[in-house]
Amino acid sequence: MSVQDLRWAVADGRTLTVRALAHWARRPGDVAVALLFPVMVVLMMGYLFGGQMDVPGGGSYREFIVPGMFALTMAFGVETTFAAVASDAAKGVTDRFRAMPMSPSAVVTGRAAADMLHSAVGLAVMAVCGVLIGWRVHDGAARALAGLGLLLLLRFALVWLGVYLGLLAKGPESVAVVQILVWPIGFLSSALVAPSTMPGWLGAIAEWNPMSATVTACRELFGAPVTDGSWAAEHSVLMAVVWPLAIAAVFAPLSVRRYRSLGR
Amino acid sequence: MTEPRLAVLAEGLRKRYGGTAALDGLDLRVPAGTVHGLLGPNGAGKTTAVRVLATLTAPDAGTARVAGHDVVRDAARVRRRIGLVGQHAAVDEVLGGRQNLVMFGRLYHLGATEARRRADELLDRFRLADAADRPAGTYSGGMRRRLDLAASMILAPPVLFLDEPTTGLDPRGRSEVWDAIRALVDGGTTVLLTTQYLEEADRLAAGISVIDHGRVIAGGTPEELKSRLGGDRIEVVLDDPGRLTAAAEIVGRVASGEVDVDAEALRVGAAVTGRAAALTEAVRALDDAGVRVADIGLRRPTLDEVFLHLTDKETEVAS
Repeated sequence: MSVQDLRWAVADGRTLTVRALAHWARRPGDVAVALLFPVMVVLMMGYLFGGQMDVPGGGSYREFIVPGMFALTMAFGVETTFAAVASDAAKGVTDRFRAMPMSPSAVVTGRAAADMLHSAVGLAVMAVCGVLIGWRVHDGAARALAGLGLLLLLRFALVWLGVYLGLLAKGPESVAVVQILVWPIGFLSSALVAPSTMPGWLGAIAEWNPMSATVTACRELFGAPVTDGSWAAEHSVLMAVVWPLAIAAVFAPLSVRRYRSLGR
Repeated sequence: MTEPRLAVLAEGLRKRYGGTAALDGLDLRVPAGTVHGLLGPNGAGKTTAVRVLATLTAPDAGTARVAGHDVVRDAARVRRRIGLVGQHAAVDEVLGGRQNLVMFGRLYHLGATEARRRADELLDRFRLADAADRPAGTYSGGMRRRLDLAASMILAPPVLFLDEPTTGLDPRGRSEVWDAIRALVDGGTTVLLTTQYLEEADRLAAGISVIDHGRVIAGGTPEELKSRLGGDRIEVVLDDPGRLTAAAEIVGRVASGEVDVDAEALRVGAAVTGRAAALTEAVRALDDAGVRVADIGLRRPTLDEVFLHLTDKETEVAS
């Protein structure tokens, strides 16, 4: 790859990111729904169900679930990535790109940049909502930013999962299938419920869920009490780095292979 | 060295999907500056042929050169010289027409100003200026196709592939797209067009290749293909089903080929050689025999008949 190719790869990626941003401008309603949905979930969990919830080790349930909702917001992002990729493939837009003299990597890098931006805004909205319902950072800004960094790392890994599933799908309608996948995986974690309150075997699955690693690491970095004593929970910061890297290491090459095989 | 006057040259293209051969030794030669129609039933391999020529699919065997460059080894060069309009109108339906064209222009590596200028030019040319800022998803089928064509013409490529460009359009949309294609060809673009509508190929194409089972089974100008069926046909429509046999016998006397009897439509038809003489004689003989005629006339075979005739023969050979 020459310097010139690299320059075009960056420029083409930017063009496609701008395209995604133009979508937001055209459909502000969709954006608002995507941003406010996690807010609704956190309010529902915090105020509707929260009264019955006891957090092991004490502390407020609302403060407990805010890091969980951060991570769930990242997980819901898979649906955004999936729908965009699947819709381009189904409508022939992907084929148009492939028949053009543009950089092939831009299709993914442009998408990834736009989705990361979308998720960063989503995190900001959630953070404001969190502060309003009583979530606080107790251990300083640096550790809090590290937590947000881990959340975005998880989102980055999930971009690849979304791209891969999107290239695999027949059309954007199958987003329902992805939702059915994302929701149980999202909820079977420490995001909204402490795994120690689950039946033993289920709790073990939840503790080793990549989602839990990021959630627990965030609780630790934000200075909230973490009581689960499993190995995975004790090493949550490490696992919150290892899991996303592992996910990206699997799905990035699979996506590239799938994209290339469109030409077979 | 390729012949410089050929915009598309394909030799022995093969492509298998699982157990079926989508392309089974396809040869194609399209002279520069012409419209060439690729005609065939569903599953004949038309789309696969276009995908290979547009660098979207790698062939298993054979070679193809488009605008002088090999589609496999020189794919990047080919992509700068082609436009592709696939079966779906491949445009961003959320963005407006202008936004679409500017985005594709940028992806063709035009500068920002140049991309905007080119977008406006194309919007005018394809009569989309009034709808330029509406989301493309709200366009009619014909408008979306025209936007699709415009996006393919950003670099004014010398070769344009159109894969069933009017499928699913109403007659107005279809004629809008035809006008747009004719305008492009007047500007010197070579067009390779796949279609199931023989009327479309007849109207637009200078040359036609009929393909079936991944191979070219007949080729030539529309006129040449039609004359293969034996030139002109005489057709007699009766108003009394009882006289069909008598009419068939009389038509048989003036015919140069087989007599087709359509009992339901009360129609007898056959190929003839001497146009006027055959018609006069048939009228006189039918009159002599007292066969009442509802309608009688001469006509050229339609491309549909050529097509059915050729693909039927192919099926017989295959079975």
